[in-house]
Amino acid sequence: MAVVKFTLNGKAQSVDVEPRMPLLWILRDVLAMTGTKFGCGGGFCGACTVHINGSPVRSCQTLASGLNGKSVTTIEGLSADGMSHPVQRAWIEEDVPQCGYCQSGQIMTAAALVAKAPNPTDADIDEALHGNLCRCGTYQDIRRAVHTAARYRRAQIPADEKAQEKGVLA
Amino acid sequence: MIATQFIRVKKLNRRSFLQAGATAAGGLMLGFYLPEKSPLAAQTSSAAPAKLNAFVRIGADDSVTLMIHKSEMGQGTVTSLSMLLAEELECDWTKIRNEFPLVDPAYGAMMGAYGSLSIRTSWMPLRQAGAQAREMLISAAAQKWGVDKSQCRAENNNIVNTASNAKLSFGSLAEDAAKLPLPQVKLKDPSQYQLIGTSKKRLDTPAKVNGTATFGLDIKRPGMLYASLQRCPVFGGKVASFDATKAKSMPGVKNVVQISNGVAVVADNTWAAAEARKALTIQWDEGSRANTSSASLRQMFADLAEKPGANARKSGDAAAAMSGAAQKLEAVYEAPYLSHAPMEPLNCTAVVTDDSCEIWVGTQIQSVAQQTAAGITKLPPSKIAIHTEFLGGGFGRRGGADFIGEAVEIAKALKGTPVKLTWTREDDIQHDTYRPASYTKFAAGLDADGWPVALTGTVVCPSFGGLRNGVDSTGVEGIVTHTYDIPNQDIQYHPPDAGIPVSYWRSVGFSQNCYFMESFIDEMAAATKKDPVEFRRRLLSKDPKNSRYLNVLNVAAEKAGWGKPLPAGHYHGVGIVNNLGSFNAQVAEVSVNQGKVKVHRVVCAVDCGQIVNKAGVTQQIESGIVYGLSAALKIGITLDHGRVQQTNFNTYDPLRIDEMPVVEVYLVENHENPGGIGEAATPTIVPAVINAVFAATGKRVRSLPIKAESLA
Ligand code: FES
Ligand code: FES
Repeated sequence: MAVVKFTLNGKAQSVDVEPRMPLLWILRDVLAMTGTKFGCGGGFCGACTVHINGSPVRSCQTLASGLNGKSVTTIEGLSADGMSHPVQRAWIEEDVPQCGYCQSGQIMTAAALVAKAPNPTDADIDEALHGNLCRCGTYQDIRRAVHTAARYRRAQIPADEKAQEKGVLA
Repeated sequence: MIATQFIRVKKLNRRSFLQAGATAAGGLMLGFYLPEKSPLAAQTSSAAPAKLNAFVRIGADDSVTLMIHKSEMGQGTVTSLSMLLAEELECDWTKIRNEFPLVDPAYGAMMGAYGSLSIRTSWMPLRQAGAQAREMLISAAAQKWGVDKSQCRAENNNIVNTASNAKLSFGSLAEDAAKLPLPQVKLKDPSQYQLIGTSKKRLDTPAKVNGTATFGLDIKRPGMLYASLQRCPVFGGKVASFDATKAKSMPGVKNVVQISNGVAVVADNTWAAAEARKALTIQWDEGSRANTSSASLRQMFADLAEKPGANARKSGDAAAAMSGAAQKLEAVYEAPYLSHAPMEPLNCTAVVTDDSCEIWVGTQIQSVAQQTAAGITKLPPSKIAIHTEFLGGGFGRRGGADFIGEAVEIAKALKGTPVKLTWTREDDIQHDTYRPASYTKFAAGLDADGWPVALTGTVVCPSFGGLRNGVDSTGVEGIVTHTYDIPNQDIQYHPPDAGIPVSYWRSVGFSQNCYFMESFIDEMAAATKKDPVEFRRRLLSKDPKNSRYLNVLNVAAEKAGWGKPLPAGHYHGVGIVNNLGSFNAQVAEVSVNQGKVKVHRVVCAVDCGQIVNKAGVTQQIESGIVYGLSAALKIGITLDHGRVQQTNFNTYDPLRIDEMPVVEVYLVENHENPGGIGEAATPTIVPAVINAVFAATGKRVRSLPIKAESLA
């Protein structure tokens, strides 16, 4: 066992775990943060996607030993209220999820995409989300929702300011 | 843990989501509440909501809770069933809460979601439950006011006195209403529907975009341990002996238990259990199937296809018609075993004590889960509580209870300790109850004008649905159910003893047989260079009962621009099916480049009778198409030395977003009885693509998945 210190959704976090334990299981079983999903354990499905220092990574392939000093964001930390991130808003607007199981991973990958590509093409979306499987087949809705999310994000800064003035965002 | 989740969801519902509702969710909001307390726990709360019937609870706070007695696996049941109830209850759609109830005879002898039956079996009872609750609230209000019931009507969570305009809220009437007898009710005429037939956003979306939706795999109970089970790699094999010394010394390991399906490692987290499992040394008695391979099975199926089988469909004199035919076609079609591979790996959490068993699971059939646990624990069903969680996909896989039985066996060995059994993805792909492989040998006789006069077929497909007069309908549906005008038919069936566990896979026998049949029909059309759509039209137009069938064919052809010029290198193919009370036709537009098939666009016309939620039907059609496309283009299970060769999503790789065509869905609206929709579109896409590939290359693909070599 070894103590690992990192930042989780903006807060200091320390866990005492096996150095080889994947971040996925630290989140799910040690910290009871089950929004990040187990789909394959092999890096093939993207259900376990989180951000490390802003980039999307597969938490099932990220070992505890490499986490020290890193900043981890999970679906639970994407927005303060669980719905106001542009990608979450777009997912609600376009009603994307079916079973929903893959969606945390889809949303985390999409959030990283729209953060760096203000106006992604279908080809950009397909390339970024190629690693995220959805067995329910929500791909067409995902494409549409990423475009919507990008639009929300382009308009986000003034929208956020307006919202805060009215106290809508808690 | 449970309490925290409750508060979290509630907070989201009441505050944040209410506020976001106007902008992000278009005013729609709903909390997904945890199931009611287990009957095993003492229930003393006096503020419990009043139970008007098995489906409707109304709280003094005016909350309306609808019991969703079918599993939510993505097919939109929570939303569509709520629409049925709310349509008659006249409750404020935005204030609805939902719960998954415990098993109860009120929810049917076989409580669950299977066979695309959820709407079909809920259509009457849920509207009735909503109407009953409404009438009881009206009666309670009429009594309070001392007026006649006819003077009162329900509106937006209130009963209104139409003479005085006075109002009483549902919440203030619920307790009195619950004491009244269940009334006879009259249901709305379709012209009065306000919710049914509209397009509603899913009620479960908000919880599914922020990680709060609780799936089976997300359950955590106090003191819970985590299990991983090593099964025999050969189907039907057993543990001969094992040595767990090394596994027991691994970090976090608490116990090692042998159960009927193998050896389970129990540890303090999922990863530790799975890691330690790799350190088990197990001697297997591999049984009689250790030499099975895909080649040996294929030979077995092919040999059987040469022998007479059980009669599955017979009309006219196929042999005579065949010998008199101007032209004869023969073809053998094959489909592989398929794994369901729902996104959420199978899992089940159970705790067993001397007099109770409690289970948290994403199951499609709660009644079977309960019976399975009763068989293992020897407890009466009343002592077994099945808590239904969201399912991360089902597709038929979660209709089985093998994984539930395993968890209960492990929990029984660790009495009093909650145990969560999690399957790895490798377990899932290598120990599924598969869509059976199938081998079908067809012949058709055409007359001098190219119209079919005879169809014969021998279907070889493992049975799991039970034999009736030697035939398992799940093996032949789609071939014996078509309604083409072919006067002489003789379809026979063999159930081979292949030794591979098989079961229901989204759209069941239609999943392969619609491909076989619709592709062979295409071969008949091609034999005399007839247009595939026109050919089908002619074979369907004689019988007026085919009008809905013909209609979807015509709509799909028109919307797809059938017969009109396509971009260079693009070709159309068509497929149609009538399954589970719904009709759909699909036109696929594909191109083939050096053997690589790309599907650009799919047009689907669907007639599923009365639609409850338009958005839900469209979602399910898209979903079914993606599921079928994976089978057409990419996935298949193969066997060697009795073992499944595929392991994970690298070697069993379903459709990904960059392979997703544009899908257009056209709904035919009517008030016919609702048909099933969750499985409707999966079969049709396969022949639509295969027939388009033929149009593009002149090559007829007769086994799946398509292999680039066969087209290059
Ligand atoms: S669980 Fe990590 S990629 Fe599938
Ligand atoms: S929504 Fe079910 S797997 Fe994507």
